[in-house]
Amino acid sequence: MKTYPYLIACEHCDTVYQRFAVTSGEVARCRRCSAVLYRASLLDVDRWLALTVAAAIAFVIANACPVIRISFHGLHNEATLWDATAALAHSPASPIAVVAALAIIVAPMLQIALLGWVLGLARAGRKAPGFAQAMRLLIQLRPWCMVEVCMLGTLVAVIKLSGFLQVLPGAGIWGMAVLMALLGLIANRDMRWLWELNEQRQGNEVSR
Amino acid sequence: MKYSPRAVHLGVIACHLCGLVCESVPDQGEPAHCPRCRSRLHRRRPDSIARGWAFLLAGLIAYIPANVLPVMYSSLFGHGSESTILHGVVEFWASGSFGIALVIFIASVGVPCTKFLVLGTLLFTAQRRSHWAMRERARLYRLIELIGYWSMLDVMVVAVVAALVKFQNLSVIEPRAGIFFFGLMVILTLLSAMSFDPRLIWDGEQDHASHA
Repeated sequence: MKTYPYLIACEHCDTVYQRFAVTSGEVARCRRCSAVLYRASLLDVDRWLALTVAAAIAFVIANACPVIRISFHGLHNEATLWDATAALAHSPASPIAVVAALAIIVAPMLQIALLGWVLGLARAGRKAPGFAQAMRLLIQLRPWCMVEVCMLGTLVAVIKLSGFLQVLPGAGIWGMAVLMALLGLIANRDMRWLWELNEQRQGNEVSR
Repeated sequence: MKYSPRAVHLGVIACHLCGLVCESVPDQGEPAHCPRCRSRLHRRRPDSIARGWAFLLAGLIAYIPANVLPVMYSSLFGHGSESTILHGVVEFWASGSFGIALVIFIASVGVPCTKFLVLGTLLFTAQRRSHWAMRERARLYRLIELIGYWSMLDVMVVAVVAALVKFQNLSVIEPRAGIFFFGLMVILTLLSAMSFDPRLIWDGEQDHASHA
């Protein structure tokens, strides 16, 4: 099958354009529907990988440490993200726990792991085994990662509870805030140029 | 203004997943796959309109119990009560936390209702291959993609609050079935937006041009 790597079709209206180079910070938009066609990546592979490693650390903190502690008449309690998911699971609303776990634990974890795999091997100059599957999963996971919604939800919960008990932020909430910011940088971006990077390298190997 | 040609006119298909522009081979019975990422190639998302409507209507139905049934049971000092989503908003408003009341109201009423209206409009006009306000409809679709998942806020709040307040006899907060239907509604409308193909918005254009 013939392919046309020098063309790009707008994802939102199917208008076809010829690709041209964009410099850092520039965005190519569709003339018909003004959707973003592609943008210049501010991150090269090294920086991207570094931020992915940082996100992995933030992920561990966000999950292992309690997000909020409360004290109430001398009684203390604290909850991690896992406790929050478990609270849903042990209730009449239990099926929604699966979605919550996917949105705040599984999706970010997979995104970080897959990015680490793909970028780590790209940096080492090798094609990651399962590259195509990893990239597909990364693109499909994007709408299901809801760390920022969970962050806002936690803040609302803090305010809700602060009316009648003492609420203290745990280390987990800072981890989650950092994770949210880093995921915004590493996962919510145009990853398609990784295909091109990968193909260029393959091309070089063949020509060598 | 003269526009660039669309994929249909050039005899190419862009892979919906990885974006590679491929030659459109005539249908040979078996589905074509993208040579780069191996996902199925199709011009438009399959059964876009039918799936879009199905998920949207299912979401609308789930939204009814989500509002009627209690989402949370709270018992403070042995004084138990169940509250619905709107009840929670009113409580915040009455206690003077207007900002929080507004945030919850937007996430649990504003965003879902906008989604129902916008997706309904998009599906209806795309079905009729309307060429009305195409640019604006395209923009509306992108708005829905952007704000859609913020409705999950309520589910997260209930989960965190229920995980924290667990003091056996003194105070307990537990999720109730309403939050399940609410979460279900959010998922169904997300799926509806994902099934809808924004390219359909522009497909009325060529009909219009050929009639003129």
